[in-house]
Amino acid sequence: MGLLQFLKRIEPDKKKNPLLHTAYDAFFTFAYTPNRVNKGGVHIRDGMDLKRLMVHVVLAMQLCYLFGTYNIGHQHFVAAGQYLGFLDGFHLKLAHGLIKMLPMFVVTHVVGLGIEFLFAAKKGHEVEEGFLVTGALIPLIMPPDLPLWILAIAVAFAVVFGKEAFGGTGMNIWNIALLTRVFVFFAYPGEISGDSCWVSGYDSLAAGSTAEYGWWHTGFFNSIFGAFGWPQFAAAKTMVVDGFSGATPLALAYQGGMEAIQQHYTMDQIFWGGIPGSIGETNKPFIILGALFLIFTRVASWRIMAGMVLGVGVTGMLFNAWGFNAFMMVPWYYHYVLGSFLFAMAFMATDPVTASGTNKGKWIYGFFIGVVGLVVRVLNPAYPEGWMLAILFMNSFAPLIDYFIVQSNIKKRTSRV
Amino acid sequence: MIAMAFLLNSFLVFGQGAITPNWVMYSILGVLIVSGLSALVGLTGKLIEMEGQKHGIQLQHEGWFTKLLNQFTGETKSSNHHKLSRGFDILLNGGISDYTIVARPVSRVALKPQNFVGISPIPKVVVEVGQNVKAGDEIYHDKKHPEIKYTSPVSGEILEVRRGEKRAISEIVILADKDQVYRKFSVPSADADRAALVNFLCETGAWTWINERPFDIVPHVETTPKNIFISTFDSAPLAPDNNLVVAGQEADFQGGLNVLARLTSGKVYLGLDGSKKTQLSPAFTAASNVEIHYFSGKHPAGNVGVQIHHIAPITGSDKVWTMNVQDVIALGKLFRTGEVNRRRVVAITGNEVKKAQYVSTYCGASIAELTQDNVQSGNIRFVSGDVLSGKQVAADGFMNEGDDQLTVVTEGDFYELFGWLLPISPRPSVSGTYPNRFFPNMKFDANTNTHGDKRAFVVTGQYEEVLPMDIYPQQLFKAILSQDVEQMEGLGINELSEEDVALCEFVCTSKQPLQQLLREGLDYMRTEA
Repeated sequence: MGLLQFLKRIEPDKKKNPLLHTAYDAFFTFAYTPNRVNKGGVHIRDGMDLKRLMVHVVLAMQLCYLFGTYNIGHQHFVAAGQYLGFLDGFHLKLAHGLIKMLPMFVVTHVVGLGIEFLFAAKKGHEVEEGFLVTGALIPLIMPPDLPLWILAIAVAFAVVFGKEAFGGTGMNIWNIALLTRVFVFFAYPGEISGDSCWVSGYDSLAAGSTAEYGWWHTGFFNSIFGAFGWPQFAAAKTMVVDGFSGATPLALAYQGGMEAIQQHYTMDQIFWGGIPGSIGETNKPFIILGALFLIFTRVASWRIMAGMVLGVGVTGMLFNAWGFNAFMMVPWYYHYVLGSFLFAMAFMATDPVTASGTNKGKWIYGFFIGVVGLVVRVLNPAYPEGWMLAILFMNSFAPLIDYFIVQSNIKKRTSRV
Repeated sequence: MIAMAFLLNSFLVFGQGAITPNWVMYSILGVLIVSGLSALVGLTGKLIEMEGQKHGIQLQHEGWFTKLLNQFTGETKSSNHHKLSRGFDILLNGGISDYTIVARPVSRVALKPQNFVGISPIPKVVVEVGQNVKAGDEIYHDKKHPEIKYTSPVSGEILEVRRGEKRAISEIVILADKDQVYRKFSVPSADADRAALVNFLCETGAWTWINERPFDIVPHVETTPKNIFISTFDSAPLAPDNNLVVAGQEADFQGGLNVLARLTSGKVYLGLDGSKKTQLSPAFTAASNVEIHYFSGKHPAGNVGVQIHHIAPITGSDKVWTMNVQDVIALGKLFRTGEVNRRRVVAITGNEVKKAQYVSTYCGASIAELTQDNVQSGNIRFVSGDVLSGKQVAADGFMNEGDDQLTVVTEGDFYELFGWLLPISPRPSVSGTYPNRFFPNMKFDANTNTHGDKRAFVVTGQYEEVLPMDIYPQQLFKAILSQDVEQMEGLGINELSEEDVALCEFVCTSKQPLQQLLREGLDYMRTEA
């Protein structure tokens, strides 16, 4: 218990230095669960608390992190026509992925947690855990080459206006991670839409443009790789090959339906990842594993996920029946693995704060995310993917769904005589 | 049917035409076929029912859709067997394996006026310290309701009147005689009118054994309850088995039920354990003058509030009464002998007890005497009642009014390194984040640590999962916080009492004090009414 005594001794004064105390308290409760006991109500409590809940969501997306980081590097070299096998040039791909991913992760947390700490100190609260999950989600839903200053502004906007303005964790109306993304989407559309943003490390994807490497590539990693005698990063040799577009399957589907997709990607590729896209969403098996983990541990609501699957299925079938254009004719079951449906289902829609609060409402909420998301995906040429907008849209409607469910319960009770 | 035929036709046309039929068509057709068939079945059922009514036969008819819906929402309702799927059993160490009752007549017992909701803080104590009383003599009464007397459970000498904050009377301690002396009351005859009956109950103090819902108060003397409910089993952690308690007192239990039946304009309902795990006492299964309902499911299936909700829910300004099994027995005894005999079987349980056992003692017995030489040393907590809805009592304190269980658990005032992250020691949890998700029958040592800090409501739906009632608890608590009386009433606050939401409080990820909150809401409703 030496650590405990040490920590207790260095506790700063709360009145004199509130910010420092808040930071200390956050760290202390991170290290130790407090010695508080139940008073006045139940005498024993469930071992689950908000920290534990949040950390399990973060655990569930670790595989996505691993794959996403590596895939950043993979896409970089695929564009140059080098190391086309997925595991070829493993060290280079991983190094490039880390160079892109780590700064995003750090910036997200420095900005987001910094704001959390400031507000917690101002309000005299403890630091709440909400940002643990939000901060882990944000890098996964961004394109790999997003400038860090845009990321910082977006995170600051989402945390201040999306969350703290409403009163902190548990009070927000919209999903914070998606609010961050939607901010980038509308304020800097060039950075997050189109075909070129999903491949990192090049100024443009025009044929012949060479890779842009910084000190971390050429100085840090090259010296390590050189010491081992492994291939090194070489900007001059790494240039975009002819005919590479970087288009995502969904962008292709909009142009020519299933056929256009199959010209570029096999179904296996779409399922197993290794294709351009937002960092965390490309590998479906890992997302499914995460979703199953969340359901098994009862951390996330299976009702929302089931509702979404149902919503996409029904809408997809309707589109198939309608069959107006090539995209509508994409068989409905392919919509489950295309784009970021699974990622949105497992990690985005299940956020309990912004979802419907009643178990019945969760079915409706999930179902309509499925419907709206697919409508946006298939029918709207401006937005290749619909989940971000669908979830934010249904976030706004979740209180209304709850209102009707609660009112029907009240009506049932008052009419019972 | 015409529509169906039309659709079938168009379907066939589609089949031959350019557009191939797909899942949408199949599913629409499927839905139409199923609903058409069900309409047919429903119509037949209705006709049979009408035919039956002509011949004076009551047929219970429930459509398949209702049944399916009930399956979906987790409640199946047959006429008197209720299967509740929602709830959670907290399995703890310290249960009783030895089914014998040890006599432990303690020397000191106490009355605690504050156990009664809504009583004034300083009731009128009519005895003096040093005075001798018989069992059944009046000790105090509420100044607002002097007609309702609170009587002594034992004969003996008044030892002291303990006072708490603002001189409120916390305990009136009595030194019990070795040989009990009972005051003799003259029992009203079997055909006595209600007024005589109520008067007798008030004089003997038996009126205060009655619990009135909503609000969990001692009823006013004018009140006639709509129904009376008795739950014969307790599903709370480590709860005593009433089948053992009632053994040998079957006649008194039935006697008590007969008295209660005379007090209500409606029925007396008896809730029995329908899980078939234990052999039910004939006192319960063969009880007469009552309507028997079986409940199976996890805790809180044994809570009388849950049972009321499923038998005949409290509506509007209804008042219903409840009474626990041991008080029903005491009531039967009172009408048989004319004596107030409040001997009580108490289950002494918990992981800090050396030998968990049933003891026979008095109501309000001294904790120290009950647990003498039977608890572990160290930092422990005594709970009068179960770990969910019981109240903490001091080691030198007394059992609360009506409680039939004492739980002794470890005090959890210690720090735990990465306690939120690592499952260092197993602990009960509804979540699946602990390894014990794989061992559903694992039992735990309970401690009183909160396992985390209080937060705003974040997780939703988790209260619903453990409350087998058609109530939205989280929305109700928010209504209480905003003191919205109409919303509170509409969402069913009158159907709830602290013990019903105790499990919600247990599972709460945000560590909210829900029982306290509910009581605030109930108090607010009571003052508004």
